[in-house]
Amino acid sequence: MPQYETVVGLEIHVELATATKVFCGCTTAFGGEQNTHVCPVCMGLPGALPVLNRQAVEYAVRAGLALNCNITRNAVFDRKHYFYPDLPKAFQISQLYLPLCTDGWVEVFGKRVRIREIHMEEDAGKLVHDPWTDSTLVDFNRCGVPLIEIVTQPDMRTPEETVETVRQIRAALSMLGVSDCKMQEGSLRVDVNLSVRPMGSTALGTRTEMKNINSLKSIGRAVAGETARQIEQIELGRPIIQQTRRWDDNKNASMAMRSKEDAHDYRYFPEPDLAPLSLSDEWIESRRAALPELPEQKRVRYPAEFGLSAYDTDILVSEKTLCELFERTAAICGKPKDAANWIMGEILAALKERGESPDQLTLAPEALARIITLQSGGEINRNAARQTLTAALAGETSDVDEYIKANQLAMVGDASALMEIVKQVINADPDSDAAYRSGKEKVFGFLMGQAMRALKGKGDPGRLKELLKQGLG
Amino acid sequence: MPYLALIFGMERGIYMELTSAMTHSIAKLSGIRLSDSEAAAMTRDLGGVVGYFDLLNELDTRDVPPRAHVLPLVNHWREDAVTPSAPRDELIANAPVRRDGYVVAPKTFEGGGSS
Repeated sequence: MPQYETVVGLEIHVELATATKVFCGCTTAFGGEQNTHVCPVCMGLPGALPVLNRQAVEYAVRAGLALNCNITRNAVFDRKHYFYPDLPKAFQISQLYLPLCTDGWVEVFGKRVRIREIHMEEDAGKLVHDPWTDSTLVDFNRCGVPLIEIVTQPDMRTPEETVETVRQIRAALSMLGVSDCKMQEGSLRVDVNLSVRPMGSTALGTRTEMKNINSLKSIGRAVAGETARQIEQIELGRPIIQQTRRWDDNKNASMAMRSKEDAHDYRYFPEPDLAPLSLSDEWIESRRAALPELPEQKRVRYPAEFGLSAYDTDILVSEKTLCELFERTAAICGKPKDAANWIMGEILAALKERGESPDQLTLAPEALARIITLQSGGEINRNAARQTLTAALAGETSDVDEYIKANQLAMVGDASALMEIVKQVINADPDSDAAYRSGKEKVFGFLMGQAMRALKGKGDPGRLKELLKQGLG
Repeated sequence: MPYLALIFGMERGIYMELTSAMTHSIAKLSGIRLSDSEAAAMTRDLGGVVGYFDLLNELDTRDVPPRAHVLPLVNHWREDAVTPSAPRDELIANAPVRRDGYVVAPKTFEGGGSS
Protein backbone atom coordinates (compact mmCIF):
# COMPACT_ATOMS: atom_id res chain seq x y z
CA MET A 1 0.00 0.00 0.00
CA PRO A 2 1.48 3.37 -0.99
CA GLN A 3 2.00 6.11 1.55
CA TYR A 4 -0.60 8.86 1.40
CA GLU A 5 -0.45 12.50 2.32
CA THR A 6 -3.42 14.48 3.66
CA VAL A 7 -4.02 17.97 2.27
CA VAL A 8 -6.26 20.26 4.29
CA GLY A 9 -7.58 23.76 3.67
CA LEU A 10 -9.97 25.57 5.98
CA GLU A 11 -12.93 27.90 5.69
CA ILE A 12 -13.58 29.55 9.01
CA HIS A 13 -16.77 31.58 9.51
CA VAL A 14 -16.57 34.00 12.41
CA GLU A 15 -19.45 36.08 13.75
CA LEU A 16 -18.26 39.60 14.46
CA ALA A 17 -19.00 41.10 17.87
CA THR A 18 -20.95 44.11 16.62
CA ALA A 19 -24.05 45.32 18.45
CA THR A 20 -26.08 45.39 15.24
CA LYS A 21 -26.36 43.42 12.02
CA VAL A 22 -24.15 44.15 9.06
CA PHE A 23 -26.73 45.90 6.87
CA CYS A 24 -29.43 47.05 9.30
CA GLY A 25 -29.79 48.27 12.89
CA CYS A 26 -31.37 45.08 14.29
CA THR A 27 -29.62 43.74 17.39
CA THR A 28 -27.28 40.76 17.13
CA ALA A 29 -28.14 39.71 20.71
CA PHE A 30 -28.26 35.93 21.10
CA GLY A 31 -31.36 34.08 22.28
CA GLY A 32 -34.21 36.44 21.35
CA GLU A 33 -37.64 34.97 20.71
CA GLN A 34 -37.98 33.76 17.10
CA ASN A 35 -38.27 36.47 14.45
CA THR A 36 -38.13 39.38 16.90
CA HIS A 37 -34.69 40.68 15.84
CA VAL A 38 -35.71 41.30 12.25
CA CYS A 39 -36.76 44.16 9.98
CA PRO A 40 -37.57 44.63 6.28
CA VAL A 41 -33.84 44.77 5.41
CA CYS A 42 -32.73 41.49 6.99
CA MET A 43 -36.02 39.79 6.02
CA GLY A 44 -35.32 40.78 2.41
CA LEU A 45 -38.65 42.52 1.86
CA PRO A 46 -38.96 44.27 -1.51
CA GLY A 47 -37.55 47.78 -1.64
CA ALA A 48 -35.54 47.56 1.58
CA LEU A 49 -31.99 48.92 1.23
CA PRO A 50 -28.92 47.68 3.12
CA VAL A 51 -26.51 50.18 4.73
CA LEU A 52 -23.11 48.87 5.80
CA ASN A 53 -22.17 48.77 9.50
CA ARG A 54 -18.85 50.67 9.82
CA GLN A 55 -17.84 48.68 12.91
CA ALA A 56 -18.07 45.41 10.97
CA VAL A 57 -15.53 46.78 8.48
CA GLU A 58 -13.28 47.90 11.35
CA TYR A 59 -13.38 44.40 12.88
CA ALA A 60 -12.78 42.66 9.56
CA VAL A 61 -9.81 44.91 8.79
CA ARG A 62 -8.43 44.33 12.28
CA ALA A 63 -8.63 40.56 11.72
CA GLY A 64 -6.94 40.93 8.33
CA LEU A 65 -4.08 42.99 9.72
CA ALA A 66 -3.52 40.60 12.62
CA LEU A 67 -3.38 37.67 10.19
CA ASN A 68 -0.77 39.45 8.01
CA CYS A 69 -3.13 40.14 5.10
CA ASN A 70 -3.09 42.89 2.50
CA ILE A 71 -6.13 45.14 2.87
CA THR A 72 -8.00 45.79 -0.36
CA ARG A 73 -8.32 49.56 -0.85
CA ASN A 74 -11.44 49.30 -2.98
CA ALA A 75 -13.34 46.27 -1.77
CA VAL A 76 -16.77 45.52 -3.24
CA PHE A 77 -19.75 43.41 -2.15
CA ASP A 78 -21.34 40.80 -4.39
CA ARG A 79 -24.58 38.86 -4.41
CA LYS A 80 -24.33 35.10 -4.13
CA HIS A 81 -27.57 33.46 -5.20
CA TYR A 82 -29.07 30.28 -3.86
CA PHE A 83 -32.50 29.21 -2.75
CA TYR A 84 -32.88 27.99 0.77
CA PRO A 85 -35.48 28.75 3.46
CA ASP A 86 -32.87 30.28 5.80
CA LEU A 87 -32.04 32.96 3.22
CA PRO A 88 -35.06 35.23 2.71
CA LYS A 89 -33.55 37.46 -0.02
CA ALA A 90 -32.59 34.34 -2.03
CA PHE A 91 -29.08 35.77 -2.20
CA GLN A 92 -26.37 36.31 0.37
CA ILE A 93 -24.39 39.53 0.31
CA SER A 94 -20.77 38.39 0.26
CA GLN A 95 -17.51 39.23 -1.51
CA LEU A 96 -16.15 37.21 -4.41
CA TYR A 97 -14.15 39.41 -6.78
CA LEU A 98 -12.58 41.97 -4.46
CA PRO A 99 -12.56 40.59 -0.89
CA LEU A 100 -11.49 42.91 1.91
CA CYS A 101 -8.29 41.05 2.90
CA THR A 102 -5.97 38.84 0.85
CA ASP A 103 -2.69 36.94 1.06
CA GLY A 104 -2.09 36.59 4.78
CA TRP A 105 -0.52 33.85 6.83
CA VAL A 106 -0.39 32.39 10.29
CA GLU A 107 2.62 30.61 11.75
CA VAL A 108 1.93 27.04 12.83
CA PHE A 109 4.66 24.81 14.30
CA GLY A 110 7.31 26.98 12.65
CA LYS A 111 5.82 26.95 9.15
CA ARG A 112 3.44 29.33 7.45
CA VAL A 113 -0.13 28.39 6.68
CA ARG A 114 -1.18 30.88 4.02
CA ILE A 115 -4.50 32.68 4.18
CA ARG A 116 -5.94 33.18 0.72
CA GLU A 117 -8.52 35.77 1.73
CA ILE A 118 -10.85 37.08 4.38
CA HIS A 119 -14.14 38.34 3.04
CA MET A 120 -17.17 39.88 4.69
CA GLU A 121 -20.65 38.40 4.41
CA GLU A 122 -23.92 38.00 6.26
CA ASP A 123 -25.14 35.05 8.29
CA ALA A 124 -28.29 33.10 7.38
CA GLY A 125 -31.31 32.27 9.54
CA LYS A 126 -31.90 29.18 11.62
CA LEU A 127 -33.99 26.18 10.63
CA VAL A 128 -35.77 24.17 13.31
CA HIS A 129 -37.22 20.78 12.45
CA ASP A 130 -40.74 20.31 13.76
CA PRO A 131 -41.21 16.56 14.28
CA TRP A 132 -44.99 16.87 14.89
CA THR A 133 -45.79 18.21 11.46
CA ASP A 134 -42.58 17.02 9.76
CA SER A 135 -41.97 20.53 8.50
CA THR A 136 -39.28 23.16 8.99
CA LEU A 137 -39.69 26.29 11.10
CA VAL A 138 -37.65 29.34 10.15
CA ASP A 139 -36.23 31.91 12.58
CA PHE A 140 -34.54 34.85 10.85
CA ASN A 141 -32.92 36.41 13.96
CA ARG A 142 -29.38 35.40 12.87
CA CYS A 143 -30.02 36.60 9.34
CA GLY A 144 -27.71 39.51 8.56
CA VAL A 145 -25.35 39.05 11.50
CA PRO A 146 -21.90 40.09 10.21
CA LEU A 147 -19.47 37.29 9.40
CA ILE A 148 -15.97 37.12 8.14
CA GLU A 149 -14.96 34.01 6.23
CA ILE A 150 -11.28 33.19 6.54
CA VAL A 151 -10.12 30.97 3.69
CA THR A 152 -6.73 29.28 3.95
CA GLN A 153 -4.64 27.71 1.24
CA PRO A 154 -4.41 23.89 1.34
CA ASP A 155 -1.29 24.08 3.51
CA MET A 156 -2.04 21.69 6.37
CA ARG A 157 -0.94 18.06 6.29
CA THR A 158 -1.93 16.51 9.63
CA PRO A 159 -4.73 16.63 12.21
CA GLU A 160 -2.32 18.36 14.63
CA GLU A 161 -1.43 21.10 12.15
CA THR A 162 -5.08 21.66 11.34
CA VAL A 163 -6.11 21.98 14.99
CA GLU A 164 -3.17 24.26 15.72
CA THR A 165 -4.02 26.54 12.78
CA VAL A 166 -7.54 27.00 14.12
CA ARG A 167 -6.15 27.57 17.64
CA GLN A 168 -3.79 30.26 16.39
CA ILE A 169 -6.44 32.05 14.37
CA ARG A 170 -8.91 31.80 17.22
CA ALA A 171 -6.38 33.16 19.72
CA ALA A 172 -5.65 36.15 17.49
CA LEU A 173 -9.33 36.94 16.96
CA SER A 174 -10.01 36.53 20.67
CA MET A 175 -7.21 38.95 21.54
CA LEU A 176 -8.50 41.48 18.99
CA GLY A 177 -11.97 41.37 20.56
CA VAL A 178 -13.59 41.08 17.12
CA SER A 179 -15.56 37.96 18.04
CA ASP A 180 -16.33 35.85 21.09
CA CYS A 181 -15.09 32.84 19.05
CA LYS A 182 -17.34 30.23 20.71
CA MET A 183 -17.24 27.08 18.64
CA GLN A 184 -19.97 25.35 20.63
CA GLU A 185 -22.39 28.25 20.11
CA GLY A 186 -21.49 28.63 16.45
CA SER A 187 -19.83 32.04 16.55
CA LEU A 188 -16.72 30.36 15.10
CA ARG A 189 -17.48 27.60 12.56
CA VAL A 190 -14.85 25.56 10.83
CA ASP A 191 -15.32 23.77 7.50
CA VAL A 192 -12.55 21.35 6.59
CA ASN A 193 -11.64 20.81 2.92
CA LEU A 194 -9.66 17.62 2.64
CA SER A 195 -8.10 15.45 -0.02
CA VAL A 196 -5.43 12.77 -0.02
CA ARG A 197 -2.71 12.02 -2.56
CA PRO A 198 0.18 9.59 -2.89
CA MET A 199 3.19 10.84 -0.95
CA GLY A 200 5.47 12.84 -3.25
CA SER A 201 2.68 13.82 -5.66
CA THR A 202 2.13 17.54 -6.19
CA ALA A 203 -1.29 17.34 -7.84
CA LEU A 204 -4.28 17.77 -5.55
CA GLY A 205 -6.74 14.91 -5.17
CA THR A 206 -10.52 15.35 -5.27
CA ARG A 207 -11.60 17.03 -2.08
CA THR A 208 -14.56 16.81 0.23
CA GLU A 209 -15.81 19.52 2.55
CA MET A 210 -16.83 18.67 6.11
CA LYS A 211 -19.23 20.81 8.08
CA ASN A 212 -20.68 20.68 11.59
CA ILE A 213 -17.39 20.45 13.43
CA ASN A 214 -17.89 22.24 16.71
CA SER A 215 -14.81 21.77 18.85
CA LEU A 216 -11.04 21.79 18.42
CA LYS A 217 -10.88 18.12 19.39
CA SER A 218 -13.43 17.12 16.80
CA ILE A 219 -11.48 18.97 14.08
CA GLY A 220 -8.56 16.61 14.73
CA ARG A 221 -10.84 13.57 14.74
CA ALA A 222 -12.59 14.73 11.55
CA VAL A 223 -9.28 15.13 9.69
CA ALA A 224 -8.09 11.70 10.80
CA GLY A 225 -11.46 10.05 10.08
CA GLU A 226 -11.95 11.54 6.62
CA THR A 227 -8.35 10.76 5.67
CA ALA A 228 -8.92 7.12 6.54
CA ARG A 229 -12.20 7.04 4.60
CA GLN A 230 -10.68 8.54 1.45
CA ILE A 231 -7.65 6.22 1.53
CA GLU A 232 -9.99 3.26 1.90
CA GLN A 233 -12.03 4.41 -1.11
CA ILE A 234 -8.88 4.78 -3.21
CA GLU A 235 -7.54 1.39 -2.13
CA LEU A 236 -10.87 -0.18 -3.11
CA GLY A 237 -10.59 1.46 -6.50
CA ARG A 238 -13.56 3.75 -5.92
CA PRO A 239 -13.58 7.42 -6.92
CA ILE A 240 -13.65 10.22 -4.38
CA ILE A 241 -16.77 12.25 -5.07
CA GLN A 242 -16.51 15.99 -4.58
CA GLN A 243 -19.23 16.62 -2.03
CA THR A 244 -20.17 18.25 1.23
CA ARG A 245 -20.17 15.90 4.19
CA ARG A 246 -21.45 16.29 7.70
CA TRP A 247 -19.10 15.28 10.50
CA ASP A 248 -20.79 13.19 13.21
CA ASP A 249 -18.52 13.33 16.21
CA ASN A 250 -20.46 10.65 18.10
CA LYS A 251 -20.15 8.16 15.26
CA ASN A 252 -16.61 9.40 14.51
CA ALA A 253 -17.48 9.43 10.82
CA SER A 254 -18.67 11.80 8.12
CA MET A 255 -21.91 11.38 6.15
CA ALA A 256 -22.58 12.69 2.63
CA MET A 257 -24.88 15.75 2.64
CA ARG A 258 -24.98 16.85 -1.00
CA SER A 259 -22.84 17.10 -4.09
CA LYS A 260 -20.97 20.35 -4.39
CA GLU A 261 -22.51 22.87 -6.76
CA ASP A 262 -20.16 24.54 -9.23
CA ALA A 263 -19.08 28.02 -8.22
CA HIS A 264 -20.80 29.75 -11.13
CA ASP A 265 -24.12 28.25 -10.13
CA TYR A 266 -24.27 30.96 -7.47
CA ARG A 267 -24.53 33.57 -10.24
CA TYR A 268 -22.47 36.13 -8.38
CA PHE A 269 -22.70 39.75 -9.44
CA PRO A 270 -21.77 43.03 -7.75
CA GLU A 271 -24.30 44.20 -5.17
CA PRO A 272 -25.83 47.33 -6.71
CA ASP A 273 -27.38 48.48 -3.40
CA LEU A 274 -24.04 48.92 -1.62
CA ALA A 275 -21.37 51.46 -2.47
CA PRO A 276 -17.80 50.16 -2.76
CA LEU A 277 -15.34 50.74 0.04
CA SER A 278 -12.48 53.14 -0.38
CA LEU A 279 -9.91 52.77 2.39
CA SER A 280 -6.93 55.09 2.37
CA ASP A 281 -3.44 54.06 3.39
CA GLU A 282 -3.70 56.42 6.38
CA TRP A 283 -6.97 54.83 7.46
CA ILE A 284 -5.47 51.34 7.26
CA GLU A 285 -2.20 52.30 8.96
CA SER A 286 -4.05 53.94 11.85
CA ARG A 287 -5.86 50.61 12.41
CA ARG A 288 -2.58 48.72 12.23
CA ALA A 289 -1.05 51.03 14.83
CA ALA A 290 -4.03 50.50 17.15
CA LEU A 291 -3.78 46.67 17.16
CA PRO A 292 -3.33 45.20 20.64
CA GLU A 293 -0.38 42.96 21.48
CA LEU A 294 -1.05 39.74 19.60
CA PRO A 295 -0.63 36.14 20.82
CA GLU A 296 2.51 35.62 18.72
CA GLN A 297 4.11 38.62 20.48
CA LYS A 298 2.98 37.47 23.92
CA ARG A 299 4.38 34.04 23.11
CA VAL A 300 7.82 35.62 22.94
CA ARG A 301 7.38 38.09 25.79
CA TYR A 302 5.96 35.84 28.53
CA PRO A 303 8.93 33.45 28.76
CA ALA A 304 11.44 36.29 28.31
CA GLU A 305 9.91 38.75 30.73
CA PHE A 306 8.22 36.49 33.29
CA GLY A 307 10.14 33.24 32.94
CA LEU A 308 7.00 31.25 32.09
CA SER A 309 7.24 27.86 30.39
CA ALA A 310 6.26 27.52 26.74
CA TYR A 311 3.36 25.31 27.78
CA ASP A 312 1.91 27.78 30.29
CA THR A 313 2.42 30.63 27.84
CA ASP A 314 0.60 28.74 25.13
CA ILE A 315 -2.46 28.12 27.33
CA LEU A 316 -2.58 31.70 28.58
CA VAL A 317 -2.25 33.39 25.18
CA SER A 318 -5.03 31.32 23.67
CA GLU A 319 -7.63 33.24 25.69
CA LYS A 320 -7.96 36.98 26.02
CA THR A 321 -9.47 36.84 29.52
CA LEU A 322 -6.66 34.62 30.81
CA CYS A 323 -4.02 36.99 29.43
CA GLU A 324 -5.71 39.97 31.00
CA LEU A 325 -6.10 38.27 34.37
CA PHE A 326 -2.49 37.10 34.27
CA GLU A 327 -0.96 40.41 33.23
CA ARG A 328 -2.97 42.55 35.62
CA THR A 329 -2.48 40.18 38.57
CA ALA A 330 1.26 40.04 37.92
CA ALA A 331 1.43 43.82 37.69
CA ILE A 332 -0.34 44.27 41.03
CA CYS A 333 1.43 41.62 43.13
CA GLY A 334 4.74 41.45 41.26
CA LYS A 335 4.68 37.64 41.26
CA PRO A 336 4.02 36.52 37.66
CA LYS A 337 4.94 32.88 38.22
CA ASP A 338 2.51 32.55 41.14
CA ALA A 339 -0.17 34.25 39.08
CA ALA A 340 0.42 31.82 36.18
CA ASN A 341 0.43 28.83 38.54
CA TRP A 342 -2.89 29.72 40.14
CA ILE A 343 -4.49 30.37 36.73
CA MET A 344 -3.11 27.15 35.21
CA GLY A 345 -4.08 25.14 38.29
CA GLU A 346 -7.03 26.10 40.45
CA ILE A 347 -8.69 28.56 38.10
CA LEU A 348 -8.74 26.44 34.96
CA ALA A 349 -9.79 23.43 37.06
CA ALA A 350 -12.69 25.41 38.55
CA LEU A 351 -13.83 26.51 35.08
CA LYS A 352 -13.65 22.95 33.80
CA GLU A 353 -15.61 21.65 36.77
CA ARG A 354 -18.38 24.16 36.14
CA GLY A 355 -18.32 23.57 32.39
CA GLU A 356 -17.54 27.24 31.77
CA SER A 357 -15.27 28.85 29.24
CA PRO A 358 -12.54 31.32 30.23
CA ASP A 359 -14.52 34.31 28.95
CA GLN A 360 -17.06 33.64 31.70
CA LEU A 361 -14.37 34.26 34.29
CA THR A 362 -15.33 37.14 36.60
CA LEU A 363 -12.45 36.90 39.07
CA ALA A 364 -10.93 40.33 39.76
CA PRO A 365 -7.14 40.48 39.32
CA GLU A 366 -7.01 42.49 42.55
CA ALA A 367 -8.46 39.51 44.45
CA LEU A 368 -6.03 37.01 42.98
CA ALA A 369 -3.11 39.38 43.56
CA ARG A 370 -4.13 39.85 47.21
CA ILE A 371 -4.33 36.09 47.78
CA ILE A 372 -0.86 35.63 46.27
CA THR A 373 0.56 38.45 48.39
CA LEU A 374 -0.95 37.07 51.60
CA GLN A 375 0.24 33.53 50.95
CA SER A 376 3.75 34.46 49.92
CA GLY A 377 4.00 36.72 52.98
CA GLY A 378 3.08 33.77 55.21
CA GLU A 379 -0.14 35.36 56.38
CA ILE A 380 -2.29 32.52 55.04
CA ASN A 381 -1.34 28.97 54.17
CA ARG A 382 -1.94 27.21 50.87
CA ASN A 383 -5.21 25.62 51.94
CA ALA A 384 -6.58 28.95 53.11
CA ALA A 385 -5.45 30.54 49.85
CA ARG A 386 -7.21 27.84 47.87
CA GLN A 387 -10.41 28.15 49.93
CA THR A 388 -10.44 31.93 49.50
CA LEU A 389 -9.83 31.66 45.76
CA THR A 390 -12.65 29.14 45.40
CA ALA A 391 -15.02 31.53 47.18
CA ALA A 392 -13.87 34.45 45.02
CA LEU A 393 -14.27 32.38 41.83
CA ALA A 394 -17.79 31.40 42.84
CA GLY A 395 -18.63 35.04 43.42
CA GLU A 396 -19.21 34.45 47.14
CA THR A 397 -16.88 37.25 48.09
CA SER A 398 -15.26 40.23 46.46
CA ASP A 399 -13.18 41.23 49.49
CA VAL A 400 -10.39 38.76 50.14
CA ASP A 401 -9.33 40.22 53.50
CA GLU A 402 -12.85 40.25 54.82
CA TYR A 403 -13.41 36.64 53.75
CA ILE A 404 -10.20 35.50 55.47
CA LYS A 405 -11.17 37.30 58.65
CA ALA A 406 -14.77 36.05 58.65
CA ASN A 407 -13.61 32.47 58.15
CA GLN A 408 -10.62 32.73 60.50
CA LEU A 409 -8.20 31.63 57.82
CA ALA A 410 -5.28 33.85 58.80
CA MET A 411 -2.15 32.27 60.21
CA VAL A 412 -1.81 32.62 63.95
CA GLY A 413 1.52 34.33 64.58
CA ASP A 414 0.61 36.17 67.74
CA ALA A 415 2.89 34.93 70.57
CA SER A 416 0.36 34.96 73.39
CA ALA A 417 -2.24 33.07 71.32
CA LEU A 418 0.36 30.48 70.30
CA MET A 419 1.67 30.16 73.90
CA GLU A 420 -1.87 29.48 75.07
CA ILE A 421 -2.08 26.51 72.69
CA VAL A 422 1.39 25.27 73.66
CA LYS A 423 0.37 25.19 77.32
CA GLN A 424 -2.85 23.32 76.51
CA VAL A 425 -0.96 20.69 74.53
CA ILE A 426 1.65 20.11 77.23
CA ASN A 427 -0.93 19.99 80.01
CA ALA A 428 -3.07 17.55 78.08
CA ASP A 429 -0.19 15.10 77.84
CA PRO A 430 2.14 15.34 80.85
CA ASP A 431 3.77 12.00 79.92
CA SER A 432 5.22 13.36 76.72
CA ASP A 433 6.44 16.38 78.57
CA ALA A 434 8.37 14.10 80.93
CA ALA A 435 9.58 11.94 78.04
CA TYR A 436 10.94 14.99 76.24
CA ARG A 437 12.78 16.17 79.33
CA SER A 438 14.36 12.73 79.63
CA GLY A 439 15.83 13.14 76.16
CA LYS A 440 13.24 11.56 73.85
CA GLU A 441 13.41 14.15 71.09
CA LYS A 442 10.90 12.31 68.92
CA VAL A 443 8.13 13.41 71.26
CA PHE A 444 8.71 16.98 70.13
CA GLY A 445 7.29 16.22 66.70
CA PHE A 446 4.21 14.68 68.24
CA LEU A 447 3.58 17.77 70.36
CA MET A 448 4.09 20.06 67.34
CA GLY A 449 1.50 18.03 65.49
CA GLN A 450 -0.95 18.33 68.38
CA ALA A 451 -0.46 22.10 68.54
CA MET A 452 -0.85 22.52 64.77
CA ARG A 453 -3.99 20.45 64.90
CA ALA A 454 -5.43 22.64 67.63
CA LEU A 455 -4.63 25.63 65.41
CA LYS A 456 -6.25 23.91 62.40
CA GLY A 457 -2.95 24.19 60.52
CA LYS A 458 -2.85 27.93 60.73
CA GLY A 459 -0.03 28.29 63.25
CA ASP A 460 3.14 30.00 62.09
CA PRO A 461 5.41 26.92 62.23
CA GLY A 462 8.63 28.79 63.05
CA ARG A 463 7.26 30.69 65.98
CA LEU A 464 5.31 27.69 67.24
CA LYS A 465 8.46 25.56 67.32
CA GLU A 466 10.26 28.25 69.25
CA LEU A 467 7.47 28.62 71.82
CA LEU A 468 7.04 24.88 72.24
CA LYS A 469 10.73 24.48 73.02
CA GLN A 470 10.39 27.32 75.49
CA GLY A 471 7.30 25.69 77.07
CA LEU A 472 9.03 22.33 77.45
CA GLY A 473 12.27 23.82 78.68
CA MET B 1 -8.65 42.31 -16.59
CA PRO B 2 -11.23 45.00 -15.80
CA TYR B 3 -13.61 44.04 -13.06
CA LEU B 4 -16.89 43.85 -14.95
CA ALA B 5 -15.27 42.25 -17.95
CA LEU B 6 -13.99 39.55 -15.66
CA ILE B 7 -17.52 38.78 -14.57
CA PHE B 8 -19.25 38.87 -17.89
CA GLY B 9 -16.46 37.62 -20.12
CA MET B 10 -16.69 40.74 -22.30
CA GLU B 11 -12.94 40.93 -22.65
CA ARG B 12 -13.04 37.72 -24.59
CA GLY B 13 -15.97 38.95 -26.66
CA ILE B 14 -18.33 36.44 -25.13
CA TYR B 15 -21.82 37.81 -25.48
CA MET B 16 -24.80 36.10 -24.00
CA GLU B 17 -27.04 34.08 -26.26
CA LEU B 18 -29.66 32.20 -24.35
CA THR B 19 -30.05 28.52 -25.19
CA SER B 20 -32.71 26.07 -24.15
CA ALA B 21 -30.13 24.31 -21.95
CA MET B 22 -29.47 27.57 -20.10
CA THR B 23 -33.15 28.10 -19.48
CA HIS B 24 -33.43 24.64 -17.98
CA SER B 25 -30.36 25.27 -15.85
CA ILE B 26 -31.77 28.56 -14.51
CA ALA B 27 -35.11 26.88 -13.85
CA LYS B 28 -33.37 24.14 -11.90
CA LEU B 29 -31.39 26.62 -9.80
CA SER B 30 -34.59 28.55 -9.14
CA GLY B 31 -36.48 25.46 -8.07
CA ILE B 32 -39.02 25.91 -10.88
CA ARG B 33 -40.32 23.05 -13.01
CA LEU B 34 -40.89 23.97 -16.67
CA SER B 35 -42.68 21.94 -19.33
CA ASP B 36 -41.01 21.84 -22.75
CA SER B 37 -43.42 24.41 -24.18
CA GLU B 38 -42.94 26.70 -21.18
CA ALA B 39 -39.18 26.37 -21.52
CA ALA B 40 -39.36 27.29 -25.19
CA ALA B 41 -41.44 30.37 -24.42
CA MET B 42 -39.12 31.31 -21.57
CA THR B 43 -36.03 30.95 -23.76
CA ARG B 44 -37.61 33.30 -26.28
CA ASP B 45 -38.63 35.90 -23.65
CA LEU B 46 -35.43 35.81 -21.60
CA GLY B 47 -33.38 35.84 -24.79
CA GLY B 48 -35.07 39.11 -25.70
CA VAL B 49 -34.16 40.59 -22.34
CA VAL B 50 -30.55 39.47 -22.60
CA GLY B 51 -30.38 40.71 -26.18
CA TYR B 52 -31.61 44.08 -25.04
CA PHE B 53 -28.68 44.32 -22.65
CA ASP B 54 -26.36 43.55 -25.54
CA LEU B 55 -27.11 47.08 -26.70
CA LEU B 56 -24.65 48.16 -23.99
CA ASN B 57 -21.86 46.52 -25.94
CA GLU B 58 -22.37 49.00 -28.75
CA LEU B 59 -21.23 51.83 -26.47
CA ASP B 60 -17.65 53.00 -26.85
CA THR B 61 -16.22 52.72 -23.33
CA ARG B 62 -12.51 52.89 -24.24
CA ASP B 63 -12.01 56.06 -22.20
CA VAL B 64 -14.20 55.03 -19.25
CA PRO B 65 -12.17 53.68 -16.33
CA PRO B 66 -13.40 50.36 -14.93
CA ARG B 67 -15.56 50.73 -11.85
CA ALA B 68 -17.64 48.51 -9.58
CA HIS B 69 -20.62 50.79 -9.12
CA VAL B 70 -22.54 53.32 -11.18
CA LEU B 71 -22.90 55.92 -8.43
CA PRO B 72 -20.02 58.20 -7.37
CA LEU B 73 -20.34 56.96 -3.80
CA VAL B 74 -17.88 55.20 -1.49
CA ASN B 75 -17.92 54.28 2.21
CA HIS B 76 -21.63 54.80 2.62
CA TRP B 77 -21.89 53.33 6.09
CA ARG B 78 -23.61 53.80 9.42
CA GLU B 79 -22.60 53.62 13.08
CA ASP B 80 -23.14 50.41 15.04
CA ALA B 81 -26.21 51.61 16.98
CA VAL B 82 -29.24 49.40 17.57
CA THR B 83 -32.54 50.54 16.09
CA PRO B 84 -35.82 48.85 17.06
CA SER B 85 -36.74 45.78 15.05
CA ALA B 86 -40.09 45.67 13.24
CA PRO B 87 -43.28 44.01 14.60
CA ARG B 88 -43.05 40.30 13.96
CA ASP B 89 -46.68 39.76 12.98
CA GLU B 90 -46.45 42.39 10.28
CA LEU B 91 -43.15 41.12 8.94
CA ILE B 92 -44.25 37.54 8.51
CA ALA B 93 -47.85 38.34 7.59
CA ASN B 94 -47.26 37.44 3.94
CA ALA B 95 -45.76 34.03 4.67
CA PRO B 96 -48.26 31.36 3.49
CA VAL B 97 -47.88 29.30 6.68
CA ARG B 98 -46.87 30.58 10.14
CA ARG B 99 -46.74 28.97 13.56
CA ASP B 100 -45.72 30.40 16.97
CA GLY B 101 -43.97 33.33 15.31
CA TYR B 102 -42.03 31.06 12.94
CA VAL B 103 -42.36 30.94 9.20
CA VAL B 104 -43.17 27.35 8.21
CA ALA B 105 -41.29 25.92 5.24
CA PRO B 106 -41.39 22.50 3.58
CA LYS B 107 -39.18 19.95 5.31
CA THR B 108 -35.52 20.99 4.92
CA PHE B 109 -32.40 20.25 6.87
CA GLU B 110 -30.09 22.72 8.58
CA GLY B 111 -26.89 23.74 6.86
CA GLY B 112 -27.90 22.56 3.42
CA GLY B 113 -27.79 25.97 1.84
CA SER B 114 -24.54 27.71 1.10
CA SER B 115 -20.90 26.73 0.98
